[in-house]
Amino acid sequence: MLGRRTPTILNLAWGEPLFWDGRAQSLEDQALGPIASPAEMNLPLDQMLARLKAIPGYQALFAKAYPNELVSEQTVSKALATFERSVVSGRAPFDEWVEGNEGAIRTEAKRGFLLFNTKANCVQCHKDWRFTDDGFHDIGLPSKDLGRGNLFREIEVNQSAFKAPTLRNVDQRAPYMHDGSLRTLEAVIDFYDRGGEVKRPSLSPEIKALNLTAQEKRELVAFLKTLTSVDRPTEVPTMPQ
Amino acid sequence: MLRVFSLLIFISVLAFGAVPVAEHTVSQSNKTFSQAELTIKPGDKVVFKNDDNVTHNVFSVSKGAGFNLKTQAPGTANAVPFKNEGTVEVRCAIHPKMKLIVNVKR
Repeated sequence: MLGRRTPTILNLAWGEPLFWDGRAQSLEDQALGPIASPAEMNLPLDQMLARLKAIPGYQALFAKAYPNELVSEQTVSKALATFERSVVSGRAPFDEWVEGNEGAIRTEAKRGFLLFNTKANCVQCHKDWRFTDDGFHDIGLPSKDLGRGNLFREIEVNQSAFKAPTLRNVDQRAPYMHDGSLRTLEAVIDFYDRGGEVKRPSLSPEIKALNLTAQEKRELVAFLKTLTSVDRPTEVPTMPQ
Repeated sequence: MLRVFSLLIFISVLAFGAVPVAEHTVSQSNKTFSQAELTIKPGDKVVFKNDDNVTHNVFSVSKGAGFNLKTQAPGTANAVPFKNEGTVEVRCAIHPKMKLIVNVKR
């Protein structure tokens, strides 16, 4: 099993750099990693290309999309990245409310949004329409994984730091954190309320005990649930022959 | 006498470098640097000000100009001298989209 849970590909057109530790600068840089990784799909890239080239349907599609280019690692990365950029979260009840429909979400959720931006301080890292700054933060999880710190050993604040994910459609993505160690949104709120588990030099200065009441915790969860969009089901494509 | 005096001044300028050193301020606000690019002279300083409401960590790993300001709380400022000519890529270690290029040219 992998040490880090699979992150969402929602909204990654704006989400560079990629991976929990940000080691890929672009979606193109990221795309082939999991295919070739022995811990994941374990398919050497030359074999991947041989399989694609053997299918006339793919030859035709690649020729149309990338004229004068071969079916190669570059064009496969570009194709995957282009698809991923189109995966965008849809309109959620929260968006309806922001645009003026007071009945779109319950009062409890509206209070949750206020807490999100004030007492709970979530907005410091989970900001803007994607509810993330794509920043690297050590939030005090009891994990031995150094995350971004593996790339920048000399930068103290990057040790045990991981990329803040989008909160769009977050209630569909349990369990939470880079290691899936928090099973529910309630557990996440409790974790942040405590100010994280581990105090160390790399801990984000924005992480502090919050002293939330039980009611305030419920309001935060109610708000987070309003970020889930109602989308048309994705059509699985007919595979090229 | 005047010639000796002029010679002394000339030697002093050579020895101590009488070229004035400028200070340039770059502000961090809304998780962005106030400018994407800056051109300065060797010896100039850049003052990195945190005008934001979150902690930043300005650093550069460019050869010959590596520096790391470590965590910088909102409201604080730190000056960095740039001694050598060249192009220095500056980033925030926490917010990877914050990018600044410093061109150091005579």
